[in-house]
Amino acid sequence: MSDLLKHTLSDITAKLKAREVSATELATEALSASKAAQDKLNAFTAFDEDKTLVMAAASDERLAKGEGGMLEGAPLAIKDLFAVEGVSTTASSNILKGFKPTYESTVTQKMWDQGGVFLAKTSMDEFAMGSSNETANTGPVINPWKGTTDGNLTPGGSSGGSASALAADLCFGSTGTDTGGSIRQPASFTGTVGVKGTYGRTSRWGVVAFASSLDHPGPFGKTVKDSAMLLQAMSGHDAKDSTSLPNDVPDFVAAVGKSVKGLKIGVPKEYRIDAMPEEIAKMWDQGVEWLKAAGCEIVDISLPHTKYALPAYYIVAPAEASSNLARYDGMRFGIREDGEDLQAVYENTRAAGFGEEVQRRIMIGTYVLSAGYYDAYYLKAQKVRTRILQDFDAAYKQVDAILTPSAPSAAFTNGSKSNDPIEMYLNDVFTVTANLAGVPAMSVPAGLDKNGLPLGLQIITRALDEETMFSVGAAIEDAAGFTAKPEKWW
Amino acid sequence: MSVTADDVRRIARLARIAEPKDRIDTLVGELNGLLEWIDQLNEVDVDGVEPMTTPVKFPLPQRVDEVTDGDVRDKVLANAPKSEEGFFVVPKSVE
Repeated sequence: MSDLLKHTLSDITAKLKAREVSATELATEALSASKAAQDKLNAFTAFDEDKTLVMAAASDERLAKGEGGMLEGAPLAIKDLFAVEGVSTTASSNILKGFKPTYESTVTQKMWDQGGVFLAKTSMDEFAMGSSNETANTGPVINPWKGTTDGNLTPGGSSGGSASALAADLCFGSTGTDTGGSIRQPASFTGTVGVKGTYGRTSRWGVVAFASSLDHPGPFGKTVKDSAMLLQAMSGHDAKDSTSLPNDVPDFVAAVGKSVKGLKIGVPKEYRIDAMPEEIAKMWDQGVEWLKAAGCEIVDISLPHTKYALPAYYIVAPAEASSNLARYDGMRFGIREDGEDLQAVYENTRAAGFGEEVQRRIMIGTYVLSAGYYDAYYLKAQKVRTRILQDFDAAYKQVDAILTPSAPSAAFTNGSKSNDPIEMYLNDVFTVTANLAGVPAMSVPAGLDKNGLPLGLQIITRALDEETMFSVGAAIEDAAGFTAKPEKWW
Repeated sequence: MSVTADDVRRIARLARIAEPKDRIDTLVGELNGLLEWIDQLNEVDVDGVEPMTTPVKFPLPQRVDEVTDGDVRDKVLANAPKSEEGFFVVPKSVE
């Protein structure tokens, strides 16, 4: 592999524009590197070489004419939750085996409109339900990072394939979806930047639904600037998604590198959980010092309902999922299993098509919405969600941004947490609050732990204020000077 | 609150998932573990608190109620497990 794929998105798009490299050359190289890595990393679920090369050739034509969008010619990997026309889209589930959408998701269409080139679909936890990519029907994705550990580590989840592919320099950006932390936790585990904007900033149309009021499509980038370029391309109002924000999209890229002097940064005491490894606490303190040195004012704040965010999430998300996933009935798309009557066809199809974690969550969702339990669980959780939003509203009266760790650990060994659902769910303890409140949040790589594995810091800002998030993220990135890459073994 | 094996069978039926016969006991344990964990929400004072149904705090536009799509029968049927002559073919549902 040449060093071409090691470039950042912002560098490679400049090289493409300067005609130092062609989109076709780049796409060919990315395809061959990705296919060669597939046996080891298992990050991809589908390729469509013809589509990739046709899109690259069209990019070359535009570039030759001096035209082209902000992502022109860059190969991008797409989470298997996004409908890409004519390409297998399965949400890493057996129930959607063979499904090839006849339409394009709004977010991917916007990326193609900016000249992005489709590289491949990436693996994920089935229906985005997981934090380790182990529930994918095609098996676990492997993190390119090993550090000094033995064995295979998870890239996190649910957008693990997208994180792994980017960390291994197989693409220049990738898409994920973040319902409880599914972009930010894998970003933290793989030394990449992961972002979700304000709820509604990116359209959910054409994205396989998990929990509609919590689902945030967003990007992974190699740098803060790359992630800003990608979110910029993905964002914007979409009449096809009733919760899509009508607001203009600010210039996210311009916010990268803007001075953070005088910004007030909140440090929430409730995030200093008992189980936090010392190294993560230290990294967090270091982040505070970096921002202080950059001229920020640090403010101790309280988000008192933080500990209730995960249990509230595990009512709201499964409830919405049980409703969304009712559409998989074996009639109009996906697989169908035989049965003695219609009810048995439904039941057999869903038992055969959904994996254990998805079945578990559908059942929890069904239970908390069932007669007699709705008020005690679902309504209660929605009220707690209001309390969590009020925590943020109160904090943002005092501060402009909040700094926390992204995840309670570094990448862990595959299989080490799959026997205890709650232990797995705790991966999202720092990220899930921003989903419940719908506020923008990102993870930026800040350093390595003693095993040589990346750790991320999270920046959370006010609804619609992604710009401050990108400015603070860039300040952390500058101060951290994180340039480490996993040693190539794949 | 806790669930029994019968509850799990009832929930599976409601969710249209064939009874997971060999996993009933496991599921009883897992669901009860989760429900016990979720019970900590009872510590939160939610008196007079409105339930939050969406994180969108801004007025959302409504589009004009007009047909913007259509004539895509073959696309709609393209992923059907079974179709014939422009129709979905489904198991008999009326005796």
